[in-house]
Amino acid sequence: MAKVHFVAAPGTLTAYLTGEIDHHAAQALRREIDAQVDIRLPELLTLDFAGVTFMDSSGVGLILGRSRRIGALGGQLTIQSAPTNVRRMLDLAHIHYV
Amino acid sequence: MPKLVPVNQTRVTFLSRSVNEGYARAVLAAFLTQLDPTVPQLADIKTAVSEAVTNCIVHAYPGTLGPVQMDITLFEGGVVRVVVRDRGVGIEDVARAMEPLYTTGDPEERAGLGFAVMQSFMDSVRVASRPGHGTRVTLVRQLERRA
Repeated sequence: MAKVHFVAAPGTLTAYLTGEIDHHAAQALRREIDAQVDIRLPELLTLDFAGVTFMDSSGVGLILGRSRRIGALGGQLTIQSAPTNVRRMLDLAHIHYV
Repeated sequence: MPKLVPVNQTRVTFLSRSVNEGYARAVLAAFLTQLDPTVPQLADIKTAVSEAVTNCIVHAYPGTLGPVQMDITLFEGGVVRVVVRDRGVGIEDVARAMEPLYTTGDPEERAGLGFAVMQSFMDSVRVASRPGHGTRVTLVRQLERRA
């Protein structure tokens, strides 16, 4: 079970993800994030993984899908606060984080 | 390698609904507690099994639902074997399906990394498939002894 809550500021949108991100959870998260992006059209979308306790490659698909989508709208995506288990998955997918 | 002696075994079968991905991980974690795995070891095995189960759910039964079976066997010496199988459409070209980034799913949303993750997190990954009959994925991991 995963959840997301949003904090918006001018030009930016941060999605705070919590729980377990698998293929099942990713489908709902995708819809929620895309709906917020469509409303707010941020220049910078940040996905925060601090509260994520599990993530498989479905999370990578979620990140790449959102990155393409925000890119098509002229914005950018960043990832923050990835715990070790999430970072291992990002490394495997060659996704860079700060 | 000496012959593996099984010490415990469990089997669950569930429908190929995506909500059961979490169920499969919960069953796995509960069964492995008897080995007292470290947190990273348990995370690795859970992730690999989640990938295998997700493959069944996404690919095995297009447009319908079918059974997914998971067998977990613990062997002497801390060896864990998880077999995930379905009776779905099967894979025509297993070698190709296992290539990183290859996916027959939605390329916008699926990373095509499932088998790469399984291979990275487990000691061995074997895939047997017959088109029209189903697929069996066998994952093995030796747990290291705690320091």
